[in-house]
Amino acid sequence: MSGLPHESTYEPTTAVGKWLDARLPIFRMLHAQAVDFPTPRNLNYWWTFGGILTFMLVAQIVTGVVLAMHYQPSAEAAFDSIEAIRRDVNFGWLLRNLHAVGASMFFLAAYVHIFRGLYYGSYKAPREVLWILGVLIFLVMMATAFMGYSLPWGQMSLWGVTVITNLFSSLDSIWKGLGTTIVEWLWGGFSVSGVTLNRFYALHYLLPFVLAAVVGLHLWALHVVGQNSPTGLDIKTSSDAVPFTPYATSKDAAGLFAFLLLFCWFAFFLPDYLGHADNYTPANPMVTPPHIVPEWYFLPFYAILRAIPSKLGGVIAMFSAIAVLLFVPWLDTSRVRSTKYRPVYRWFFWLFAFTCLALGWLGSKPAEAEYVFWARVFTFYYFAHFLIVMPLVGWFETPLKVPGSITEAVLAKNKGAKLAPAKS
Amino acid sequence: MKLVQPRWRIAALALVGALPLLGGAAQAESGHGAAIERQDWTFGGFTGQYDQAQLQRGFQVFQQVCSACHSLKRVKFRNLVQPGGPQFPEESVKALAKAWPYQISGELDDQGNPIDRLPGLPDPIIGPYKNDVQARAAQNGALPPDLSLIVKARSAEQPSAWYNQWLLMLRDIAIGYQEGGADYLYALLTGYHEPPADMHMQDGMNYNVAFPGHQLAMPPPLSKDAFVDYQPESGVKGSLDQNARDVTAFLAWASDPTLDGRKRLGWQVMLYLLITTVLLFLVKKKIWSRVEH
Repeated sequence: MSGLPHESTYEPTTAVGKWLDARLPIFRMLHAQAVDFPTPRNLNYWWTFGGILTFMLVAQIVTGVVLAMHYQPSAEAAFDSIEAIRRDVNFGWLLRNLHAVGASMFFLAAYVHIFRGLYYGSYKAPREVLWILGVLIFLVMMATAFMGYSLPWGQMSLWGVTVITNLFSSLDSIWKGLGTTIVEWLWGGFSVSGVTLNRFYALHYLLPFVLAAVVGLHLWALHVVGQNSPTGLDIKTSSDAVPFTPYATSKDAAGLFAFLLLFCWFAFFLPDYLGHADNYTPANPMVTPPHIVPEWYFLPFYAILRAIPSKLGGVIAMFSAIAVLLFVPWLDTSRVRSTKYRPVYRWFFWLFAFTCLALGWLGSKPAEAEYVFWARVFTFYYFAHFLIVMPLVGWFETPLKVPGSITEAVLAKNKGAKLAPAKS
Repeated sequence: MKLVQPRWRIAALALVGALPLLGGAAQAESGHGAAIERQDWTFGGFTGQYDQAQLQRGFQVFQQVCSACHSLKRVKFRNLVQPGGPQFPEESVKALAKAWPYQISGELDDQGNPIDRLPGLPDPIIGPYKNDVQARAAQNGALPPDLSLIVKARSAEQPSAWYNQWLLMLRDIAIGYQEGGADYLYALLTGYHEPPADMHMQDGMNYNVAFPGHQLAMPPPLSKDAFVDYQPESGVKGSLDQNARDVTAFLAWASDPTLDGRKRLGWQVMLYLLITTVLLFLVKKKIWSRVEH
């Protein structure tokens, strides 16, 4: 067990507080988890993204619920109702921009959070369950965003849904009729129609609450095992830790507001930059857009899908690209957690980050000759990173010397900086 | 390790930064269709706002030229009065609606008979056709699209090599530029030319450099010799170029009528967030000064 066992310092002072504490010690619990919770004293700003993500989930639910009051989930009225929100609902344009841009920002923060976890080895024991819950959150996020993108019922909504739901028809090559049956079941008919839109809307409203529940488990697991730190060391003594409030809360607040600057920059000045122009044309089953592309946050997976010559193979590769994350805690054989102390793996980590960016760029391009070639090269490395590099490099690499404790690392770092007048 | 890292970081940044300089030649790698040139829009970028006089001139072009075939149904006559748009006086918009050449149809009188009636302020700016079938029948099979969202529904790719594209993206994000649709529409309206000698034009199609595939059913709506003249007191002379610019600005407003207010609120929000972020950062610094970290 890592993380310090900690008692709640909560002392109810009022009669009502004492009365409630004896019956439902909810404030005692909250005080223990949100105030007393020991936090490593060396966390950097990359650790503020967990709080940012929690904020984004709440923000998406709040803007989404209000938008739902004005939205009409039918093939005939959906597009017009969004236009009415943009034009006629008081501050409807703001709600709609915050929700649409918010989805992108949610994913941006999630990707930063995932890469932070990968860099500092936050998935390693005893945080396997915490990590797996994170992968599940990512999956549910993707499903929610995909269904949400269908709701404006523009050209890209319709054709995006058509392409992605059609993926399941590849199962026909395993068992004749299986894929077709599943696809028709998803569509609620023989093509993507208003019926499909209606059920996607119902699910788009449901899934965020599923998400909130899994986030609850993720936080629970986090508060059992404690936070990882940039050194990859757990809290061993009380000098390694600071109480969550005011230390982590003040840092999270600063990080959140800096993030909101970026979020609002897009929401107010570039609300359509991250979307596709074709989605301002109402859905038309008779006209196929020249390039069907998903939202930017799906592009790496879209590139992997198209990189494999067989349809079923592509579908399997795409889902495996996410599924492989589930096994990362056991694929990484390194003795140390943090990439900071891994001179060889560090290079592979950045190569992997570049691979994901490259796949994203290739996913936005038409599936033509040289693009497909490079998509295959990077798809190969994407999987090789997890299945070959992670086990082998961990095996052969000699890690740098890891400090004995978080406190030792902090003091050593500050001694180097002591030449300048000490501030803290 | 502490010593090596920043140096590598600088080297990597310098390398990436120098890449665009290496490859002017690769710019030619662009796709089909002419590159769409950027225009100087008053509403472009994070400081941009609509020019009311330009929107009024643009409406005049829309009324005299585009509305012969196209509707603008998501814009209501009342929107023409609202601030942040052309903001015509209410009386003149009422008169405009009353004199609109097309009538609202499909409503019933109190005997239950379908009637046509003149539009009023709450009604959409309708086009000449009652439905798409009628429009296609009148237009040789081509459908003149509704123009309410035409600027948002189009985009202009900036053709560039792969190592350059992300720099262009960052530039657009930094200046808040998302006016590719307006650039495209302006290029289309001014893009009618004689087809090249080796080009086989289909019957009834018109050559346009900006249009993907270059064969466009819409005949040139404006030309060097046939353009809309503005009132002399507007101080702006009509020309193909000026008409195209003005009607594009008007249609940009039609597709994004809340732009002015959105950006004004945006400046306030950014200012608030900036100040709060700095304050929160100082609070954080103060709190963390109690402990080495």
